[in-house]
Amino acid sequence: MTSKEVFHDVKVVDFTWAGAGPITTKYLADYGATVVRIESRSRPGLLRTTPPYKDGIPGVDRAAYFGIYNPNKYGMTINMNHSQGMELVKRLIAWADVVAESFTVGVMEKWGLSYEEITKIKPDVIMIRTNMQGHTGPHCRLPGTGVNLVGISGYAHLCGWPDRLPSNPYGPYTDTIAPRFGAAMLIAALDYRRKTGKGQLIDVSQFEAGVNFIAPVMMDYFVNGRVANRRGNYSPRAAPHNAYRCKGQDTWCVIAVFTEEEWKAFCEAVGSPDWTKDERFSFFLGRKAHEPELDCFVEEWTLNRTAEEVMALMQAKGVAAGVVETSADLHRDPQLKHRNHFWVMDHRELGSFSYFGQAAVLSGTPAQPRMPSPCLGEHNEHVCREILEMSEAEFDELLVEGVFD
Amino acid sequence: MSQKDGPLSSCRVLDLTDEKGLFCGKMLVDLGADVIKIEPPGGDPCRNVGPFYRDIPDPEKSLYWLSFNTGKRGITLNIEVSDGRRIFRQLVERADIVIESYEPGYLDSLGLGYSDLSQINPGLILTSISPFGETGPYKDFKASDIVVMALSGYMSLSGDPDRPPVRTSFPIAYCFGAAGAAAGTMIAYYHRELTGEGQWVDASAQQAVASALLNARMHWDLNRVELKRAGPYRVGLSAQGKQLINFRCKDGYVNFVMFGGKTGAKTNRGLTQWMESEGMGSDFMNEIDWDSFDMARVSQDDFDRFEGDIERFFLTRTKSELYEEGSKRGVTIYPISTIRDVFEDPQLEARDFWQRVEHPELDATLLYPGPFVKCSQTQLRPPSRAPRIGEHNQEIYHNELGMSPEELVMLRQAKAI
Repeated sequence: MTSKEVFHDVKVVDFTWAGAGPITTKYLADYGATVVRIESRSRPGLLRTTPPYKDGIPGVDRAAYFGIYNPNKYGMTINMNHSQGMELVKRLIAWADVVAESFTVGVMEKWGLSYEEITKIKPDVIMIRTNMQGHTGPHCRLPGTGVNLVGISGYAHLCGWPDRLPSNPYGPYTDTIAPRFGAAMLIAALDYRRKTGKGQLIDVSQFEAGVNFIAPVMMDYFVNGRVANRRGNYSPRAAPHNAYRCKGQDTWCVIAVFTEEEWKAFCEAVGSPDWTKDERFSFFLGRKAHEPELDCFVEEWTLNRTAEEVMALMQAKGVAAGVVETSADLHRDPQLKHRNHFWVMDHRELGSFSYFGQAAVLSGTPAQPRMPSPCLGEHNEHVCREILEMSEAEFDELLVEGVFD
Repeated sequence: MSQKDGPLSSCRVLDLTDEKGLFCGKMLVDLGADVIKIEPPGGDPCRNVGPFYRDIPDPEKSLYWLSFNTGKRGITLNIEVSDGRRIFRQLVERADIVIESYEPGYLDSLGLGYSDLSQINPGLILTSISPFGETGPYKDFKASDIVVMALSGYMSLSGDPDRPPVRTSFPIAYCFGAAGAAAGTMIAYYHRELTGEGQWVDASAQQAVASALLNARMHWDLNRVELKRAGPYRVGLSAQGKQLINFRCKDGYVNFVMFGGKTGAKTNRGLTQWMESEGMGSDFMNEIDWDSFDMARVSQDDFDRFEGDIERFFLTRTKSELYEEGSKRGVTIYPISTIRDVFEDPQLEARDFWQRVEHPELDATLLYPGPFVKCSQTQLRPPSRAPRIGEHNQEIYHNELGMSPEELVMLRQAKAI
């Protein structure tokens, strides 16, 4: 660990599971914090039991979904129903600056680990709790996953086609929104604590985080009574504005033309065929009024070219365009490669595996890959012996007592 | 530092962003920072982005602008003329953070890049927000929301299989980029407060969205399986088949996801019993032992039978009935909320999420989403009205920088403010 790691002296006990919680603590881990994940061996978390698995063979250490959000963290298993297990947890809390959790309301309370209780162990602790709908209110205890939240926060209804069932952003999407807010607040709270000595409780609702992104759509309803609907790729500000089929199997390129200048550049890029001179397409409102027909002409042109060719021809003329990249495309995307977006590390079970780094690159204190995601209970001994400075005999006793089972 | 001031109350931010970065400044405002939005004379071009208050297209009435600039102060300044740059440097001396979203290299070309600004103020954090980052082969690419959503892998996973891939029907790529930039800025700020060292934060919207694809990309990385867009179906999470998760109901749509294991057993059994008790039982579902039900062994035929039986029941109930009654029975069914439903949601109401902000110039009170998290010690700042064009010129230029009224007139004539 170099002195350049921002959070080199920050210690986190991490009870989180699924997506939102681990993504939040990843912000600290990637910048040098010591993060100890607490898991259960008898009830491994959801992401350890969800595909994809290495070679399609299920196994808690073969689940990439867990892996992706947990590099740079230590992994520990503790039996929370064991009295010595609970003692061990309390020692870790006393050691930590931050306690993170993402259970349904009631789980931490049942263990006697409410915010109030843990401040008795560590008075200046920062506790961050992230869940579906926040930790107060009539629905705070409702179970569910981000897939459900995509529905209740308006995203599903606003994705897809107006004449079809609502589509969805892929997966539990709000799980990926809330951590950006949670991490920003958590770091602000660490700074505040350093200056004042005061910890606090942070309550993150993934529902509320998701709604923050769509504020203009909400205000359009409050003020103008407009209930936004899903509209494919329609944009009121641009035409053409769509994904166009290209040469090859289910390959696409998006093109977005906003200004008059961009329309002229677009016409040049497609070689100025007759349809680009059609009077109806010569002005923005005309292009909007005849957009389906315009889209057909554009697609006639794109169909004979690969998505990469379309993107290159458009970008060369200064027109916004981009390949609809698949997962395979992401792995060969030259920009992501240049930015070291993927952190390739060797994992005992996953093999050579591409984690992802941080979207914001810090010039002086960059995020760094230090270690792959932990196997279940991989660091039980390390955490006890090196971090909590237990004797070998003490550790062995816990082992025999089944504290890590 | 008192509780109501927010954790960043002693932090000054200069916000030069357009729609790629407005949300970053908004998050820093919510955290308590004094954020000064710097607009070109005449106002920011993204004041022309709709929707508008009562559909009146006016730069002071853009709801897009109003929602993402709450609580900021606003000045006009033209950094393309030398007088403007001089003033900007003066402002940088007193700032902690500058955020910008110009094309990569633009500030450098004005002599205002990170190396220039850090000489004026070594502790300064410069946060640059761009579609693809400040370096690399795509750095000069023209972009917009849909282009970032395409190049980040999002669109290939979204939409019906027989139609083009889709983005969400409102732009969110730049919210991802800007929120990621805010988190990065906070990391740099924490380091700055510890060591006094500033740095350059270079945030890419493409990378921010590309890190939000959940487990999809790993299907390729590990097993060379490419997940495809599946519309209202769920793929990539159960071993085989596609499972409908968005169902029609009496007054719209609901979301119901079938799981295996302990999590699933409770909901699946609860729904089976509920349907039976309403006289709409499913023979097929009644025969399943939910405790040993294994999602990996469910065939497509089975999924199709679930789909038919469940939908028949859901069509007799409203979103709200399925949600509320389901939650009492331990059956996880969520509404697919319209924007109106989101507004009327009882949980958001109980948490006082919606905040009222007075707009005397519109003679109106508008509602805004509330703070993005709740804290026990350093409450986030509730939203307040976004600045009008040049609203705080007097406050900043005269009161703070000590410019005389005559100078301000001269600067205006020189097109600097």
